[in-house]
Amino acid sequence: MDRPRSSPLEELVVREAFPAAEPLPAGPACPTPNPLDLLCGCEARSGGACPRREGAVVVALAGQPNVGKSTVFNLLTGLSQHVGNWPGKTVEQKSGTFCHDGLAMQIVDLPGTYSLTANSPEEQVARDYIIREHPDVVVVVVDAAILERSLYLLAEIMHLSVPVILGLNMVDVARQQGLRVDTHVLEAALGIPVVPMTASRNRGVHELVDKIAAVVRGEITLAPRRPEIREDHRTVLAELLELAGPYLPPPYPPGWVALKMLEGDREITRLVRAQLPAAVWGQVEAILHAHEDAVLAVAGGRYDWIERMVRAAVARPRAGRVTLTERLDRIATHPLGGLLVLAGALGLVFWLTYTIGVPLQEWLDRVVVQGLAAAVSGLLAGAPAWVVGLVVDGVIGGAGTMLTFAPILVIFFAAMSFLEDVGYMARAAYSMDRFMHQMGLHGKSFMPLFLGFGCNVPAVMGARIVDEPRARLLTILLAPLVPCTARMAVVAVLAPIFFGPYAMWVSWGLVLFSLLMLAVLGAILNRALFKGERAAFIMEMPLYHLPNWRTIGLGVGQRLLSFLRKAGTVILAVSVVVWALSTLPHGQVETSILAAVGRGLAPVGALLGFDWRMMVALLTSFIAKENAVATLGVLYGTGAEGLAAVLTGQVTLASGLAFMVVTMLFVPCVATLAAMRQETGSWKWPLLGVAMQLLLSFGIGALAYQLVRLLTGT
Amino acid sequence: MEQLVSLDTLVPLQKGYLRSLEGGRGLLSRLASLGFTPGAPIEVVQNRGRGPLIVLVRECRIALGRGEARKIWVQVERNGHGPATE
Repeated sequence: MDRPRSSPLEELVVREAFPAAEPLPAGPACPTPNPLDLLCGCEARSGGACPRREGAVVVALAGQPNVGKSTVFNLLTGLSQHVGNWPGKTVEQKSGTFCHDGLAMQIVDLPGTYSLTANSPEEQVARDYIIREHPDVVVVVVDAAILERSLYLLAEIMHLSVPVILGLNMVDVARQQGLRVDTHVLEAALGIPVVPMTASRNRGVHELVDKIAAVVRGEITLAPRRPEIREDHRTVLAELLELAGPYLPPPYPPGWVALKMLEGDREITRLVRAQLPAAVWGQVEAILHAHEDAVLAVAGGRYDWIERMVRAAVARPRAGRVTLTERLDRIATHPLGGLLVLAGALGLVFWLTYTIGVPLQEWLDRVVVQGLAAAVSGLLAGAPAWVVGLVVDGVIGGAGTMLTFAPILVIFFAAMSFLEDVGYMARAAYSMDRFMHQMGLHGKSFMPLFLGFGCNVPAVMGARIVDEPRARLLTILLAPLVPCTARMAVVAVLAPIFFGPYAMWVSWGLVLFSLLMLAVLGAILNRALFKGERAAFIMEMPLYHLPNWRTIGLGVGQRLLSFLRKAGTVILAVSVVVWALSTLPHGQVETSILAAVGRGLAPVGALLGFDWRMMVALLTSFIAKENAVATLGVLYGTGAEGLAAVLTGQVTLASGLAFMVVTMLFVPCVATLAAMRQETGSWKWPLLGVAMQLLLSFGIGALAYQLVRLLTGT
Repeated sequence: MEQLVSLDTLVPLQKGYLRSLEGGRGLLSRLASLGFTPGAPIEVVQNRGRGPLIVLVRECRIALGRGEARKIWVQVERNGHGPATE
């Protein structure tokens, strides 16, 4: 051990004066002295593992979910934000830059977590960052209205040797509830700076920045008081430290490691095991085994500490006020009322989608995509045919068409962000829990699945909010069965052709049927893969509050941007490949490789009453679902306009219905598949999904075909 | 006097103190970080006999699956049964 330090036990329990941070050299000169200027002169950091910017002070923002941490982050960084993933994790990483008084700061937004035990990738990311990257300051944001619970994360972070500032947010909400927090008393008790804030109204952020600068410049000396474990487990902790302490590698604080072992943290226990000689590990293991319930003593100790800290600082309200949240929840979490509210909210989203989003998408498709295609064709008049085909059909027709769905996605993203921001989403999850239960999922999976109605790609990516790995995987596998707008577009064209006035009923029937299939498949997968075990359902129901348009706007922007980035890369590449297959070797779809495959698959198609053209149409729908109609138009030689007349003549009602059924249940499109690969980290699950949906779609399609034939006597 | 009942048997507005928790370390640690530790005051906000419950722990509203609620043992507060919000 080459690191000098005091006795590990001392480090844990003794009030230790914090070494004043080294005074920092002045950072790069900032052109804008106003700290809340949106576009600070510093350029945004590039991606990767958050390397320290030369001369910039690194400030990490930590906090539990729903404490308004992202509002603080958005206020500080504005448009200088960079959003990416933490290396090797499907956890969003956000950072941005900010200048104050000549001091350049890099703000890193840690994922919102309740604790620092590695129960989820988010928690692991947050603590690894603090321990390994050692930011200059950690700002812990807490909700003053639920002070004790949100200080729990602070209690954990106080064990790590980093300078901490407490951002006491939502003091307005606390005040409305009659709760008053004396900042100075709390400051004296904790031994760290406490800044009262109402970030939603941009109050206190300026003071927070001043405090950060003061701590970084060594103008404030911190003397943090650290929590202790409950008395009954103190000896055990000391024993663990004695045994393991000498073997622990930096940068892990030994006292913290011993605590985490007692808490049963798997990752830390594994790390210690790798460092310890076998004999010593045996002793450690025996102690851990004898104290399996120590997690409660450790957590209890933290809450005891919190109670001591806030006792003098908080004036309690008189009990028995009915809050706004309580009143709203009487309806929103009522078994029937909750479903009605949810149905209303969803109805509104669909109404917006079909009155604004879909017409706008069609307009973009007609004017922009087809207009652009025509313009480019004119421009490339002298070029070889394959170049024109590549650009017009491959790039513009494939990736370009995907982009026309952006307005629909904006509506869905905005609705999601809004409902999330005001606190309603947790209620929706609560209301849906009963139904999701049947599939081995719980309420939280409802939110990403709902996004799937807009597009399956954000649904798959949205599954991140489901904290249990099994439930997250199941959500990802089921998301492609939610009928997206692209599939609805195909049905919207085909249903009137085959069913005339009954088209709307058929469309609704197909949607409900898809959802039924989703439920059935969910139940089967849950039993087959996870032995019917159900994920634990524990979810905070945050207080309702007024929407913060800035947070909502930035949320929509970021989600849209990540979708567009995907459309510009993966979707573009695959569009070009499939276009090549549909045109090589002779430059015509009818004689292309794809058509050959379609002809080869004709025997399978016969079971469903599909000819080779319909098989090829399905194959091209793999790029983007709405391609099915365009391909049919090309193959029947009509263009999309004359399709109705030709199809009614050549395709029977039974085949037509079967085709719509298969379209609804067919394999995920390329973009969704790429997202599934990215979120699950392997090809195993996406391929299982493809196999499953292939079987399901053809099986049900064949059944529908035979059934209709039987009924109509054809 | 020390009579413990599982959380899922409490009716709305009934209050008590959390006494013990069952379950694996993963579940315990998640519950503990959300405020469910022995000694914590707890109040049931919603319990309709089936489906998830809503409880108030350390002044936070938490939705909890019934299976999870069965593993939480509380000591019910005397006179804690009544309209406390009026």
